[in-house]
Amino acid sequence: MTNQTGTRTTTGTLIVKGTVALIAALLLFAPFLFQDVRSLEVAARICIFIVLVASFDLLIGYTGIVSFAHTMFFGFGAYGAAILLKQMGPGWTPVLLGAVAGVAVSIVFAVAIGLLSLRVKAIFFAMITLAAASVVLVLASQLSHLTGGEDGITYKAPDLFKPATKLLTDADGKVLKVFGVRMNGKLAAYYFVFASCLVLFLVMLRFTVSPVGTVLKAIRENEARAEAIGYRVVAYRTFVFCLSAAIASLAGTVYAVWLKYTGPDTALSFAIMIDILLMVVIGGMGTMWGAVIGAVLLTLAQYYLRDLMGAASAALEGVPILPELTAPDRWLFWLGIIFILLVYFFPKGIAGTAMEKGARS
Amino acid sequence: MRRLTTTLETTLGRFGGVNLLPVAVALVAFVLIGAPSSWLTLTVAGLAMGMMLFLMASGLSLVFGLMDVLNFGHSAFVSFGAFVSATVLAGMGAWLTADSWVLNSLALAASYLAAICFGLVAGWFFETVIIKPVYRDHLRQILITIGAMIVAEQAILAFWGGTPFSVARPHFLEGSWIIGDVSIEIYRAFAFTLGAAVFVMLFFVLNRTRIGLLIRAGVEDREMVEALGFRVDRLFIGVFMLGSALAALGGAMWAGYETLITPHMGAELMIVVFIVVIIGGLGSIEGTLLGAIMVGLMSNYIGFLAPKLALASNMILMVAILLWRPNGLRPAVK
Repeated sequence: MTNQTGTRTTTGTLIVKGTVALIAALLLFAPFLFQDVRSLEVAARICIFIVLVASFDLLIGYTGIVSFAHTMFFGFGAYGAAILLKQMGPGWTPVLLGAVAGVAVSIVFAVAIGLLSLRVKAIFFAMITLAAASVVLVLASQLSHLTGGEDGITYKAPDLFKPATKLLTDADGKVLKVFGVRMNGKLAAYYFVFASCLVLFLVMLRFTVSPVGTVLKAIRENEARAEAIGYRVVAYRTFVFCLSAAIASLAGTVYAVWLKYTGPDTALSFAIMIDILLMVVIGGMGTMWGAVIGAVLLTLAQYYLRDLMGAASAALEGVPILPELTAPDRWLFWLGIIFILLVYFFPKGIAGTAMEKGARS
Repeated sequence: MRRLTTTLETTLGRFGGVNLLPVAVALVAFVLIGAPSSWLTLTVAGLAMGMMLFLMASGLSLVFGLMDVLNFGHSAFVSFGAFVSATVLAGMGAWLTADSWVLNSLALAASYLAAICFGLVAGWFFETVIIKPVYRDHLRQILITIGAMIVAEQAILAFWGGTPFSVARPHFLEGSWIIGDVSIEIYRAFAFTLGAAVFVMLFFVLNRTRIGLLIRAGVEDREMVEALGFRVDRLFIGVFMLGSALAALGGAMWAGYETLITPHMGAELMIVVFIVVIIGGLGSIEGTLLGAIMVGLMSNYIGFLAPKLALASNMILMVAILLWRPNGLRPAVK
């Protein structure tokens, strides 16, 4: 029996899949399990980032090309919805139009970049995507009449997602509480995020086991050979680049609807790109499960590790330079070091390494 | 018609071919700008910027050419160079503000030397610790060097703090020369001269010495050079250290040019440096120089002619050149 990576089923694989199932269950019941605002925020962010990281993994893990423009596509989707929601007012039409516009712009950019740079040295691709993404970031902060510049745009989500919306009412006409959770618009918004992310993730999961997914893996393993067998490498690469761009853009739209705010920091900045990269590598490249694990671990670290580091910094008061290095803002420093060590010693990341363990025949 | 284009091509080739591109750009800009004095100021600024970019980009290009290693962490050397030299300058404040140009230039030389030494040591460390284990594995190289860049940027934030750091300029490089109605900032002229001197030195080393011959041969065909019994990997460490030192020097000069530096300057410059290397073609310092000067001139001219476009100008330039020559203007790597 073969699985995602083509290896035999191992105990590790079962553990990884079990973990992912547990994460899915936790996310499904998140509003009931963790009843404060911050936790729900974290859960929604995890959902979005699972999709974003998985779509990035289609590129880096399944096809072996490194793009730094992934946040650019995420941003297209987010800004598409944000600008239209701002201009047309809350409603479903602007969300849909924004999603379509974001995907369209993303695909146009992806085709242009792909055809321009995927045929020359693969390493050019990394540099060109980096340059393109930085130009878009600068443009977004400059065209302030459209994008709100550095401040971004705040707008209203469709009426269904307003906290005041009552999904279910009790006998008195007040919001019904189920297990202490108000059945209001906030809950609807969370489940909108959860459901869209689940659908997108399942689409990608299906894609990786499709014939096209197999060809992509062949290209990653041996480009010349895949070409020799008769697969048009440039066409396949451009196609997967477009696909992952489109999915990233849709994830951006969903995030924009959830946050009701879109700005360079939440949708376009290079910091998000670095987050995605860390998540993919830490979770494990080349498996969709790795994306889930990486996104969960890193998002939790982002929100909760800082508190821990603040304590460490306070404890090390008086020692030269160490308090500065353990300051809460320096968490990327330690993640960077962990990242380097992981790439050296466990290039397959957590999921990939775990899935090799405990082989069964 | 075809005959005409071939003759045109050979004539152009005799005068330098693609090397004429910056001249052509300058001429077009001269017509568009119209005022000779502002054109001259902009050209000098563009050349100075180009020379500093060249210093930063040359190491990256050579390292890639020789060992097929693309270092996304190269920008760390640039920003560290800037911060190290700025710190040295701040420490020697008394000498800087003194009225004697000897003391001024001593302080400046000390700061540059500190940056260069730092670049050499950091380059050696980076090569042996970070890059050596991942030779010939592009994906992991990109990831690891990105990781190193993150760590380096965070280290700068930890050591120097996040607030912009102001850089003292030596007294004798302040101000500008005014010739007629043309004003030329002295620092720009100085940066151009220093950059040109470094280029000439590099050119001489690469083309007239035995080491340079080996480097060029290694870029051309590494396996053959290794088969002849030369240790290309040792040569590579040397080139990497040199490249890092040049990047640090470029960063130090950039710090003096901008006079206010932030820990993110490396990451911002990195994009431009990549564009320079892509335009010029990987692996040749002549190509890098050409790319750097093109980028420097274009961004200054366009910044003057159409400020709105300035941000995208480098990108447009890159796309145009890649459509024309997919491997850059003067690539050494095939």
